Amino acid sequence: MEYINTLLIKNGFTVALLVTGLLLLVSYWISKKFTKNKIPGSAIAIFSGLVVAYFGGVFTGGKNGIADISTLSGFSILGGAMFRDFAIVSTAFGANFTEIKKAGLAGILSLALGTITAFVTGAIIALLMGYADAKSITTIGAGSCTFIVGPITGGAIGASSEVITISIAAGVIKSILVTIGTPFIAKMIGLNNPQTAMVYGGLMGTTSGVAAGLAATDPKLVPYGAITATFYTGLGCLLCPSVFYFIVTLFFN
Amino acid sequence: MLIYGVAVLAGCYIAGQVTGEILGRLLHIDANVGGVGFAMLYLILVNQWMQKRNLFTPEMEKGILFWSQLYIPVIVAMSAIQNVKAALSSGLIAVLAGIIPTVICFALIPVVAKLSKQKAGNLITE
Repeated sequence: MEYINTLLIKNGFTVALLVTGLLLLVSYWISKKFTKNKIPGSAIAIFSGLVVAYFGGVFTGGKNGIADISTLSGFSILGGAMFRDFAIVSTAFGANFTEIKKAGLAGILSLALGTITAFVTGAIIALLMGYADAKSITTIGAGSCTFIVGPITGGAIGASSEVITISIAAGVIKSILVTIGTPFIAKMIGLNNPQTAMVYGGLMGTTSGVAAGLAATDPKLVPYGAITATFYTGLGCLLCPSVFYFIVTLFFN
Repeated sequence: MLIYGVAVLAGCYIAGQVTGEILGRLLHIDANVGGVGFAMLYLILVNQWMQKRNLFTPEMEKGILFWSQLYIPVIVAMSAIQNVKAALSSGLIAVLAGIIPTVICFALIPVVAKLSKQKAGNLITE
């Protein structure tokens, strides 16, 4: 048994391809059999990914979901930032440049509005929950942007590690909620065209959440949402530790 | 050749990441600013340029389409490596700071989308 285990670890990436394939197979089957395709197979697959990540965390006590189980460590390559971004970029191949230009201004507006709204709301929640120092308030507000903006901001302004952890958790919860919630509210918010998808990407901002949420709603919209969302984290990292932090310090120490 | 298509994609990816990295440096922040977004723009532009000159063969397209079809599996793998347990167990404040801003932003989507459509409509009537 030992040598089979070693073999699987050595071929981790291939194992991840196989397991992901099986996960999708089962998810599409469930979608067809039990929901008559009403809940898309991709949505079920992404959700089951989150579920296995939870159990991976429970069993191993690690931080990387299922990838902390040694035989499944290949998931950290297949699901890592490089493959994710590479696949996102490839979706632009089908995108229409005229559509992107048409929604360009709305995309920029939604980026600005998205960062400000997330930050302010997050900061107010921090305040209501009893944090009264500028560093903690800013870092938690930044965490409400994305789980990357939070720790980068916290590190830059010197927040406590406890607060940084909270900011990461808030960002991950946002990403999970966007992933799961998008297919359900897509109709309500009119998310069925490239323009709205670009506004959606700019307002939500969390690249992983947007990418997964759109994949589960309508894969054709992925490039439009992703193209604005990818600027959000950069914008957040730019504004939170500088302008936003400065404004917060005017009111709190 | 299929690899030429993959190489075009890879070239755009790297060029975009480099752009994002340089922009980050220029803005004095420790982050890549829109690297993926720039890469997507480059791919769209390169594609247009090559299509016009008939340089893009169907074989090359296959190389790029293969990756765009792997997109959902990659996203599934990505969700499988998130720190879901920590996120769900780090207390009320993280849950609130994650959920409430998201819900508000969801509600803003139709408003901003409507604004942008009105604007586009105005431009046409003008």
